[in-house]
Amino acid sequence: MIDALSGALIDAAIDAVTSGAPPAVHLQGAGKTFANGQQALQALDLSVAPGEFVTLLGPSGCGKSTLLRLVAGLLPPSAGRVWLDGMPVAQARHLAYVFQEPTLMPWARVQANVRLPLDLAGVARAEADARVEQALGLVGLAACAQQLPRELSGGMQMRVSIARALVTRPRLLLMDEPFGALDEITRNRLDAELQALWLTHQAGRAPLTVMFVTHSIHEAVFLSQRVLVMAARPGRVVDELRIDEPFPRSAAWRVSPAFGALASRLQDSLLQASEGEPA
Amino acid sequence: MNARAQRRRAAPWGRPTTGDWLWPLAVAVLLLLVWQALVVGFEVPPYLVPSPLTVAQVLVADAALLFTALLNTLWVTLLAFVAATVLGVLVAFTFVQSRAVERALFPYAVLLQVTPIVAIAPLIIIWVQQPTAALVICATLVALFPIIANTTLGLRSVNPGLLAYFRLQRASRWQLLWRLRVPSALPYFFGGLRISSGLALIGAVVAEFVAGTGGTGTGLAYQILQSGYQLNIPRMFAALFLIAVAGVLLFALMAALTRWALAGWHDSEQRVE
Repeated sequence: MIDALSGALIDAAIDAVTSGAPPAVHLQGAGKTFANGQQALQALDLSVAPGEFVTLLGPSGCGKSTLLRLVAGLLPPSAGRVWLDGMPVAQARHLAYVFQEPTLMPWARVQANVRLPLDLAGVARAEADARVEQALGLVGLAACAQQLPRELSGGMQMRVSIARALVTRPRLLLMDEPFGALDEITRNRLDAELQALWLTHQAGRAPLTVMFVTHSIHEAVFLSQRVLVMAARPGRVVDELRIDEPFPRSAAWRVSPAFGALASRLQDSLLQASEGEPA
Repeated sequence: MNARAQRRRAAPWGRPTTGDWLWPLAVAVLLLLVWQALVVGFEVPPYLVPSPLTVAQVLVADAALLFTALLNTLWVTLLAFVAATVLGVLVAFTFVQSRAVERALFPYAVLLQVTPIVAIAPLIIIWVQQPTAALVICATLVALFPIIANTTLGLRSVNPGLLAYFRLQRASRWQLLWRLRVPSALPYFFGGLRISSGLALIGAVVAEFVAGTGGTGTGLAYQILQSGYQLNIPRMFAALFLIAVAGVLLFALMAALTRWALAGWHDSEQRVE
């Protein structure tokens, strides 16, 4: 009884803290103009709530990857500022990045690949191994720990890459077209798995925020709570759409009229943004 | 299909198959037969071209002499190869740490490579009194460059995605070198080893030729020179045969080492079915 009471108190305390919590990602007039004068991303204000799943949707060259790299701190903004959890991006420690390619070390077994960020951070071997096992379990690859990347299919390699991101227990997961190189069937399956992973993290005390880059309208609608539509030359955000469908979203929803309406709404706004542009 | 079977199927590298050595062996046997037939048929005198059988007889008769010479040559080759590997890797690591250092020193590495060893060897043999040391230095100079060039290229040939990942994880310079650059460089490094092992043998033989005339060498090159003076052509062929076999064995050894070290992760070790 005491336990239940103190549990409730802790929950209340956490609610109090998180309601006033800073946004997971906060951009203030952040933009990127490269040294050659090319404007990759117009100055942008953007706020992503903790635990939110936001997708950046747009054609190639619209600056969606640039935006993600600004958030990751891989690129310094040429204007404005980027804050993560209320801190300057340079001090952010709890973010993970998944590239379009699996970018695994070909000489290392799956287990060593997933353990890499922990090894780099100097986590003790025993603890690291336990976390690797857990992360591989999350992506359904526990049986493949001793295999080399080249022995796995493209989809499995991408799962390893996601396990390597999750093993650091990130609060912010940045994904740059992670499934763009996969066939549609595999992509749909991995989308569903990613959604399930994200949902399991929402139950915890540190929800997982995801920023996801894609050029697939269907992927954007299926995964996101919010879709930012981007256009090219110069890269900019032109539209924003909330997707209020509750989670978990089923495969059946993918073919429902409601899904189709959202998809065509996004398609219209993509077409409108690219009007007058050469294809 | 269990994981082990899958691994075996997905990575069919490993030991050379029977066909890999059976066919070359068949060609060798055929050539030897033709050679023997021609020499016997046209009654070529052994001081011009000895028959394979004569060479084999000399190989057995002069075994003590020839194999001692072989061991001496191999010893010089081995020392030079190890020295070239250690030096070459150290130089490559230095080059990779700073472009300025590489730019300043690379021309001298090239200079070393393009200067014919026969031209420098007499000087080295005069300067260095200890005969084996002189030979090793000559052979090292010949074998050094491929290790430097290949290892430097390998250390720079890092997957850009992985490099970005390491940067994102705030990897230190040391971690970047040890966990990313060194493994990435291994295929190039082993390519360098393969070239250098052959060059070390060539360097050892060439150095012996230059030094041998001074009467210091007891290696195979010295035996070839002596056989030439004495018109003992069968022994010359026997010595030549031993050098060739040593070269082939060195190459095979390096190939096996490469296979073992890259253990199926690198594309070069994959066989197309």
